[in-house]
Order: sequence, then structure tokens, then C-alpha cells
Amino acid sequence: MRIRNGLSRLGATLRDFIESIGYGARTFLNVLSVSPGLLKRPRLIVEQLHFIGNYSMLIITLSGLFVGMVLGLQGYYTLNKYGAEQSLGLLVALGLSRELGPVITALLFAGRAGTSLTAEIGLMKAGEQLSAMEMMAVNPIQRVLAPRFWAGVISVPLLASVFSAVGVFGGYLVGVQLIGVDNGAFWSQMQDGVDIWKDIYNGFAKSVVFGIAITFIALYQGYEAQPTPEDVARATTRTVVISSLMIWWLDFMMTALMFSK
Amino acid sequence: MSSDVSNLVEIRDLHFAYGKRAILSGLQMDFPRGKVIAVMGGSGSGKTTVLRLIGGQLRPQRGHVKVHGQIVHQLNTSGLYLLRRKMGMLFQHGALFTDLTVFENVAFPLREHTDLPEELIRNLVLMKLHAVGLRNAAKLKPGEISGGMARRVALARSIALDPELIMYDEPFAGLDPISMGVTANLIRNLNTALGSTTVLVSHDVKECFAIADYVYFLSQGKIVAHGTPDEMMVSTDPYVKQFVNAEADGPVPFHYPGKSLADDLGLGAQA
Repeated sequence: MRIRNGLSRLGATLRDFIESIGYGARTFLNVLSVSPGLLKRPRLIVEQLHFIGNYSMLIITLSGLFVGMVLGLQGYYTLNKYGAEQSLGLLVALGLSRELGPVITALLFAGRAGTSLTAEIGLMKAGEQLSAMEMMAVNPIQRVLAPRFWAGVISVPLLASVFSAVGVFGGYLVGVQLIGVDNGAFWSQMQDGVDIWKDIYNGFAKSVVFGIAITFIALYQGYEAQPTPEDVARATTRTVVISSLMIWWLDFMMTALMFSK
Repeated sequence: MSSDVSNLVEIRDLHFAYGKRAILSGLQMDFPRGKVIAVMGGSGSGKTTVLRLIGGQLRPQRGHVKVHGQIVHQLNTSGLYLLRRKMGMLFQHGALFTDLTVFENVAFPLREHTDLPEELIRNLVLMKLHAVGLRNAAKLKPGEISGGMARRVALARSIALDPELIMYDEPFAGLDPISMGVTANLIRNLNTALGSTTVLVSHDVKECFAIADYVYFLSQGKIVAHGTPDEMMVSTDPYVKQFVNAEADGPVPFHYPGKSLADDLGLGAQA
């Protein structure tokens, strides 16, 4: 009897999981299908770019600077053991453009903007604002979800670029200005070793995928939250947990695809 | 009840349930054009569900709601949205967009559904706000106005497109007596001025009876009485009497149905 109950619970959990994936996929396709309508009203996306992207700039810039500085320090200690401290610029640039820039930006974005998106949509639902919109014959997926989605997709790669650029500057401050690595070697090795397509473009492509994943997860969690304070809070937590795990998984998959020989 | 062109909304044999919990069973209602029809009943009697079924936000398990001769749950999304453009709905707590000002809230449906020039939208919005007495609050945010004022702004927003059908979900709940009287007058006056049909869901007897042309009483998902306010005032129906006279004892039980207190305290066997 106990085994049967256990199996029944497992089956129900599995069914709920598959159902939520199906429902999520349908909502994602809905967002994409209503998106062409936004071309007539780009102002909606610009407004959200301001709220989602611009307001994340400070945390991204400061984090980028410190990550670059730490990378400069750690890189110097390791490279110095092998007499290769001249390659510090290359190490900082590759580390940031390929991995740290896209991944840390995505994690910060999930914590800074993803949570606010989930809470905003969840509270709009709790306050019947989305229902009111539906009753005014306005599709909330088109009016609320789609502009935020595209703003997130545009913001993340731009923020990741800022993160990497500021990070390289942080590495330069520590490596060249503080420790005394040769200025010319720092920049020339970087220029020589970083490939615009393989490194910069692939890093950028990762950011775009992260932007799609995080923004959609955040919006979906808010949209599907029960209109109660507890569930909106739980949905906000789910946004961070699911986004973070998704970022690591996607990063591993994309790294394996992009950088394998 | 047969289908009648003078009815803007018709409800026939309507059944609705959340899972296994039945909310409405076998409802028959008519909402004639140009009239104010009140749907009254205690909390949880299914009043708001009726509004959501008329607006197509819920699908019935059996029966149908007809608006403008169209069966609501059979419409596709674009058909439903076209129909909703002829409806206005006032939500219980206003449901104003908190990131927009009072002016922008009222302008919202006009901007979404029309290509009117901004100057004309401005004039229309100010006229709607003037009608609810809040023209001078146009620049305030919803967080800066009282609950009663928010309800009036939501009312202005719901009539922005001059709808043929206006639905009010508990418009008097939580209002002070002055705001209640103001809101009741507004509902009646707007109905007359716009020539629209009004569905008023409420449990406030005095205000509803003052402005309604016809009243339906709902209890446990069924119509238990209906008639004009004058007929309801002298009704001998036990439910109507209990409701109208606010009596604690009557057909509506005070306790949620279930086990008795003696059973819960383990005294059932000893008694």
C-alpha cells in the first residue's frame, strides 16, 4: 500500500512537472507570437530597458571592476610562478569575455532585475491589474510580458559587455598600475590572443541565451504565481533558484559546444 | 425564459465549479438593455463568478452566457476581445495601474484601442474625470488617493470607451457613507447618461435598492429570489428577509458546514 502511494505521488509530481514545462513552452511561444506588435510601439521596450537595464548598471559596473581586480591579482600570482606574468592581460580578457562576464552578469541580473520582474508581475496579478487589462480587451502578454522580455534580452548582453570592459580595466589597474606588469605586454598579449569571433562573439552569444532564459523565467514565475503574498514571495525565490541553475547548465552546454575542438 | 432581443445579457442553465466545488448551478438570468440589475447575496454566493463568466474570464461547465446574442465561451480570443471593448468593469479594489497617474489610468483604454490625437484624449479623459469629480486629481498616483477616490477613478476608466455594458464588482465595499452615496448616484447617472446596461454585484441592500431596476438574490450558487426592489422589500422569502433585515439567524447558517462542536470536542458519544 505504501509503495503504491509513493508511486502515485511520484507519478503526480512527474505529471505536474511535464504539465508545467508544456505550459511554460506555450507561454513562451505566446510571448514570441505577440512580439511583432511591439514594433509599432517601441516606446514600451525603451521604458523597460530603462527600468531593467539602466538600473542594473551600477551593480554590474562595480562587480565587473572588482572581479577584474581580483582576477588581476590571482592571475598574477599564478602566472608569476611560471614567469608568464606578461600574459596577465590575455588571461583577464579571456576569463572575462568567455566566462565570467556572461555568467556573473547573468547571475547578478537574475538577482537584481529578475526578482523585481517576478514581484512586479505577481503583484500586478494579485492587485487584479492583469485581469483588468484583459477586461479592457488588452492582452497582458503583449502589453506587459513581451516588452519586459525583449528589454531583458537586449539588456543582458549589453550589461555583460560593460562588465567585461570594466573588468579588463580592473585587471589593468591591479596588474599594471599596482603590481607593475609591463603596460605594453599587458595590452599587446591581449590584442594578440583574443579572437573576436571565438571569444568575444561566443561570450556575447552566451549572454543573449542567458538573457532569454532569465527574463522568461522571471516573467513566467510572476505570471503563474497565485495572487497571494506567500506565493509571490515563493515565486521570487524560485526565479533566483531556477535562473541560477539554468545559467550554470546552459553555460556548461554552450561552452562544450563553442570551445570544443 | 426564452431568448429576447431586448436583453443585452442572457444566462441560461449556467453551471460552474472550481474542481469538484460547485459555485453556480442552473442559473437563469436576464439583463435587459438600459437597466440597472443588481446581483445580491452573501460572501461566497458566486456573485463575482457571474461577472467573470459574463466577461469570458471563466468558462462554464454547462449552459451559456450570451452577450449581444453571442455565446461568450464559444468566442475565439479576437472575438472575445472585440466583445470586451463594449464592456467596462469596475473591480472590487479598483485594480488601477499603480505605476501610472490617475490621468494615464483613464487614458489607458483610449490609447490602447483608438488612434485619437493626444489633445482629444486629454479632453476626453478630463471629461470622464470631471464626471466622477476627480478632474483636479489627474496628476496624482493611485497611491496618493483614498480608496473611495481610487474606486471613482476606476469607474472613470471603465467608462472611457462608453461601453454598452458596465459591470461593478462590490463598488460600495469599504467606502464611508458619503463615498457610498456618491458612488451609487454616479452608477445610476452614468447608466442614464450613457444609455448602457449595468450589472451591479453587491451586498449593500440600501444602495442597491435605491438605484437598481431589478434584483437577483443568489445563495449557494442558485437564484433564490428575484424581482424589483419594492417587491424584495416586502418579500416573505426567508432568505430575502434575512438578508434585507440583516438577521443573524435564518436560512444562511452562521457556521461553516461540517462536524458539530460536540463531535469536535469528543462529546458526541457521551451525550
